[in-house]
Amino acid sequence: MFRTLAIALTLGTTLSLAHAETTPDAFVMTLSTEVIEAVKADKAIQAGDVGRIRTLVDTKVLPSVNLQRMVVKSVGQPWRSATPEQQKRLTEEFKTYLINTYAGALTQVRDQTVKLRPVRAGSSANEVVIGTDVVSKGEPIQLDYRLEKAGDSWKIYDFNVLGLWATDSFRSQFARDLSGGGVDALIARLSEKNKQISGSKN
Amino acid sequence: MMSRFRLLLAVWALLALGGCATAPGGNPKDPFEGFNRSVFSFNETVDNAVLKPVATGYQKVVPQIVRTSVDNFFANLGDAWSAVNLVLQAKPVPALEMGMRFVFNSTLGLGGLFDIAGDAGMERRNEDFGQTLGRWGVGSGPYLVLPILGPSTVRDTAALAADFQAAPAAWFQERRDQVGVTALQVISTRARLLSATRTIDDIALDKYLLIRDGFLVRRRNQVYDGNPPDEPEPPEEGSENPPPK
Repeated sequence: MFRTLAIALTLGTTLSLAHAETTPDAFVMTLSTEVIEAVKADKAIQAGDVGRIRTLVDTKVLPSVNLQRMVVKSVGQPWRSATPEQQKRLTEEFKTYLINTYAGALTQVRDQTVKLRPVRAGSSANEVVIGTDVVSKGEPIQLDYRLEKAGDSWKIYDFNVLGLWATDSFRSQFARDLSGGGVDALIARLSEKNKQISGSKN
Repeated sequence: MMSRFRLLLAVWALLALGGCATAPGGNPKDPFEGFNRSVFSFNETVDNAVLKPVATGYQKVVPQIVRTSVDNFFANLGDAWSAVNLVLQAKPVPALEMGMRFVFNSTLGLGGLFDIAGDAGMERRNEDFGQTLGRWGVGSGPYLVLPILGPSTVRDTAALAADFQAAPAAWFQERRDQVGVTALQVISTRARLLSATRTIDDIALDKYLLIRDGFLVRRRNQVYDGNPPDEPEPPEEGSENPPPK
């Protein structure tokens, strides 16, 4: 369960395509495949160079994520009462946290491939849920994405590993710090966590 | 051994019921959060003191190919129990597939050491008695963290008695072999999960919550075989649109 959670977290983002209008499922497939291939092909990453993975995530993956929407969704109600300065700092720390999270999970990628699940009819033309299965030997791992339309392409604003939506998980974990010391407490906590991860890996 | 285990379960159930009520702001799925967090802390201590070091040593000393064979061996025994549960869940086709998986791997795979069926593309479905109960409508009940065994629910804890009957230890007669086999199963599983748990340690702001939420969602998925009924979504903060129904 933990292993699959980690692997799927790595694939919870995608690369941007600058082409004619893409369907959301094509978008997800291309991205997932490109990310896995990039990780498999890079010897340094396979050897455990986490700094390199973070760069990969920052340059190739983040552009396809609606970071703002993810932060707001992960923080919930307290976002409204935060000052613009706090919101800015929170978004920055969240971004680093997301990159570190994703990079850590990418270290798990070995020989997986991605298969699309049948696309469910969306409730709106601009938002859709795309489901994939990450397959290696044994049980496939469910990895779903919530996409919103962004021009000719799509952006991810949430992802789901084995049924758990990332923003739900974040909201649950952030709640303690938020109720304890407000937005500043959460910013401090994320900042501390980010330093801790960077420190232990480099 | 079984009656002692049942007694242990009963004691824990009593402790759980007598444990903390839902704290304000607590998750309704986890009314025993106070109690669960204590057990979780205990498990973490045991893990850090014993399981992780032994599993790390096992991983360093034992060659990958041997470790894979060990994992395959235990997974194969698990497939037989999954097949039984699929029958109990009235899912004959998957039951047959898992049965075939077990037969192939036991024979062609030299007693389960090689996952021949997996190489041939047969997917594995893990089924246990808790999922069987869930399939027939038994609700999961509150989240429960068991000493050493980790995350569970009230229903799945009750189902453990049945799962233990089919545990790898049950396939051996001698007491000494049973203990040895169980120890090997625990260590090999822990070793397999080492890098994943390291990732969890890095990611989690609150490890207890991450594991709980992940486990409950995963469990629900397993009971419904990947297609759980949608739960109502809380309105998204900051968005103008109400969540899709």
